[in-house]
Amino acid sequence: MSALVEVEEVSKLFAPRLTFGEKIAARLGSAIETRTVHALDRVSLTIAPGEVVGLVGESGCGKSTLGRVIAGILPPTSGSARIAGEPVMVGNRRPVKRTTRVQMVFQDPFASLDPRKRVGRTIAEGPVAHKLVSRAGAAAYVARWLEAVGLDPDFANRFPHQFSGGQRQRIAIARALAMQPDVIVCDEPVASLDVSIQAQIINLFLKLRRELGLTMLFISHDLGVVRHVSDRIAIMYLGRIVEIGDARRAYTNPLHPYTRALLDSVPKLVLEGDEIVSFKAISGELPSALSPPSGCHFHLRCPHVVDRCRHEIPSLREIEAAHWAACHLAPFAE
Amino acid sequence: MSALLEVRDLTTHFITRAGTVKAVESVSFDLAAGDVVGLVGESGSGKSVTGLSILGLIDPPGRIVAGSVRLAGQELVGLDRESLRTLRGRRVAMVFQDPMSMLNPVLTIATQMRLALEAHERVSKEAARARSIEALTAVRIPDAAQRLDAYPHQFSGGMRQRVAIAIALLHRPALIVCDEPTTALDVSIQAQILTEMRSLVRDLGTALIWISHDLATVSSLASRILVMYAGRIIEEGPTAAVLRSPRHPYSRGLLQSLPSRAEPGRDLAQIPGSTPSLLKLAEGCAFRPRCGEATDICHEMPALERHGARAYRCHHPLATEARS
Amino acid sequence: MDHPFWRIWAEFRENRTAVVALAVVIVIALVALLAPLIAPQNPYDLAKLVLMDARRPPGYIGSNGYMHILGTDAQGRDLFSAIIYGLRISIQIGVLAGMVALTFGALLGTSAAYFGGRTEAFIMRIVDLQLSFPAILLALMLSALLGKGMMQLVAALVTAQYAYFARTAHGAASVERSKDYVEAALSTPLPAYIVVFRHILPNCLPPLIVVATVQIANSISLEATLSFLGLGLPPTEPSLGMLIANGFQYMMSGRYWISIYPGIALIVLIVAINLVGDQVRDQLNPRLKR
Repeated sequence: MSALVEVEEVSKLFAPRLTFGEKIAARLGSAIETRTVHALDRVSLTIAPGEVVGLVGESGCGKSTLGRVIAGILPPTSGSARIAGEPVMVGNRRPVKRTTRVQMVFQDPFASLDPRKRVGRTIAEGPVAHKLVSRAGAAAYVARWLEAVGLDPDFANRFPHQFSGGQRQRIAIARALAMQPDVIVCDEPVASLDVSIQAQIINLFLKLRRELGLTMLFISHDLGVVRHVSDRIAIMYLGRIVEIGDARRAYTNPLHPYTRALLDSVPKLVLEGDEIVSFKAISGELPSALSPPSGCHFHLRCPHVVDRCRHEIPSLREIEAAHWAACHLAPFAE
Repeated sequence: MSALLEVRDLTTHFITRAGTVKAVESVSFDLAAGDVVGLVGESGSGKSVTGLSILGLIDPPGRIVAGSVRLAGQELVGLDRESLRTLRGRRVAMVFQDPMSMLNPVLTIATQMRLALEAHERVSKEAARARSIEALTAVRIPDAAQRLDAYPHQFSGGMRQRVAIAIALLHRPALIVCDEPTTALDVSIQAQILTEMRSLVRDLGTALIWISHDLATVSSLASRILVMYAGRIIEEGPTAAVLRSPRHPYSRGLLQSLPSRAEPGRDLAQIPGSTPSLLKLAEGCAFRPRCGEATDICHEMPALERHGARAYRCHHPLATEARS
Repeated sequence: MDHPFWRIWAEFRENRTAVVALAVVIVIALVALLAPLIAPQNPYDLAKLVLMDARRPPGYIGSNGYMHILGTDAQGRDLFSAIIYGLRISIQIGVLAGMVALTFGALLGTSAAYFGGRTEAFIMRIVDLQLSFPAILLALMLSALLGKGMMQLVAALVTAQYAYFARTAHGAASVERSKDYVEAALSTPLPAYIVVFRHILPNCLPPLIVVATVQIANSISLEATLSFLGLGLPPTEPSLGMLIANGFQYMMSGRYWISIYPGIALIVLIVAINLVGDQVRDQLNPRLKR
């Protein structure tokens, strides 16, 4: 069964555009430092049809950037992202997204809906433009998708500001689904919602997945949420995937030291014995993406670091069945 | 022995064009010196406004319309601005979610800390510098002496929050109110700050009010939890007790909706509906429209019943054996 | 009832000054619109003018039996009618120039913001260059070049003013361009022109409307200035500026009404428009909101 989403050796560099004056200065020999951010460093990933892959990491790890590359919002600097064999973005000088097979749900439901349009029009806009539905049939089409996300079809005539955060996120999901995509990329879809609303939206994702057989890339910094919805999990650190494997397995037997440290540092409600909460902090600061450490990016904070880690970049190795980690020393004896 | 902080029937309303928003309604609690209490709730629960009210930071159209806040016996509600300013920073301080709301982007950290010191005492420049370095070292900022002369934008988010905490601690206040201080930070940084706060609180004997929507972070610090909903305290008690056997259906619902405590892949137990608008609060218990246990009597606002260290505001409290 | 417009109107209503100003503007606009029906005399009909009635003070009963409420001007025109027709011309020109400048400037600024890179730099440098010239200087030069006439005048005014709209639109569009809902629209994918016209531009309207009210007032006063200086419109269609100019020589000799009353009308119109614009600007300023 071939993969639906194929990300191959994708790198993404962000270099600030020099102003006219700076370009002249550079020509004249003055040393203008070009601060290039290595947001993604030769990342490869596949997602099978119907699979949900969770993407976890902290700020600067590149998970949002990877999501945007797959969704066709950002073109990769090198490497390719393909959906069902077709590249997501085409064009050399100004790459444009050509396919509608992948859609994105954004983090902030307040900002991702046009405040001046009624939500029904926002949902119908894409499908009508791409001839998925005629203008005449748009109203019924929108109603169908509003119901699918648990909203009253009459809401189509309202403006975004009349809805709560949870409702707006449902509308954003309806908009993505209305394009009938094969893949949905969700970038922190529940991060800005209250805990009780989070649960509702997570359940909605689970339901849609069951009914529509969605293939999803679920990006989040919340380890608990990701584990709950994903089949497989990929953990990213400073632009690279450091571990990827079955969701349950990655949490019960993390192979990469960063994964282990990350899991340990989340306060967990234990409620057994005397302890209420357990967590253990990782030492050191997150390195800046502007000047990443050499070799393995995690070596400055890793309790198991050896000399090899400082010079040689570890590649993803299959340590146990379908469970990969980018570490020279894994697996560690328990 | 009277408590360090005594809050009685604190009520804060916002008079807006659309109506009166009853953000905080009759909130009462005590805080002993050196103790940590957690204020838990979702958006609209009134937890942040409670914190701001205690510090006298409510601006029009908001007003503390009733109640009293006593810090070491001194009444804070109704105090004039000058006296409040003298208190703030010296006896009580606040740390916000966004450190940039407390740090001036155009001044170095050294300058800001010196200004904070000079606001309440006379210190020489050298003494101010020495104390600033000491404060930064206490919050684990590496190379404190050099970093002191940096600007806020040269620090990462976690570092900035540490600087904010250091400034809050400069005058060794008796009480610090922290409003979602780690929410915007990465998980690993959050863990570090929580660990440091734990030891700081222990070493300095500072009392903390930790406001957050995240039950887990609150529980890692607080010895007592207050759960708020729609402006009122609906449950109170020692942390372990409240988490192991919540009495209020909302508290139980909160615990059950945490994915980390659920079976992966299966639907989470969700609380139906959404938080009520504080403009149009219905009669009686604010949680009634979403509560599985609600009956007719819930059209009457339940009173906060105290049983020893626990308190809850519910006509149908859950049985004590109930585990989430 | 849910449309954002009603929210804006509700807030607007609370400022009495602005409401009064808006009422004044509406009344003047109506009067100007209905000029042929209201004015006792058609000031453009040269045949009807009687030189005997020239320079008569307010209250004078002319040879055709009309009472000249505000007196007559140097050619014997009823000043009241002349002012009404003058207002008509002023409003027509002001609104026309304003709208064309708005359209052209907004398109230019929004496109520059959308495309970015060299296109943006090129367009905005030209706009900046133009902004460094005083509008009145530009308008004068162009008016002198193009000659007299309504269309020439409008062209001169538009050229002098589109830059303000372009700059405002560019600023607003740059902000909107980086917002999530624009990214969402682009990632559907929707073609660029739909994103620009249906998403970015409508959300840039608030600051553009503010600039528009100010610029309409500016157009009106610019036109008056040009006419006062003898450029712009032909003398047979006296605008307010021209009336003021014609009557200027009589100011010292006691026949003040020929200049003063058109002047007052002009001032009232411009101040009223500016007050409305102020209120709209304050309302749309997010920092003033609580």
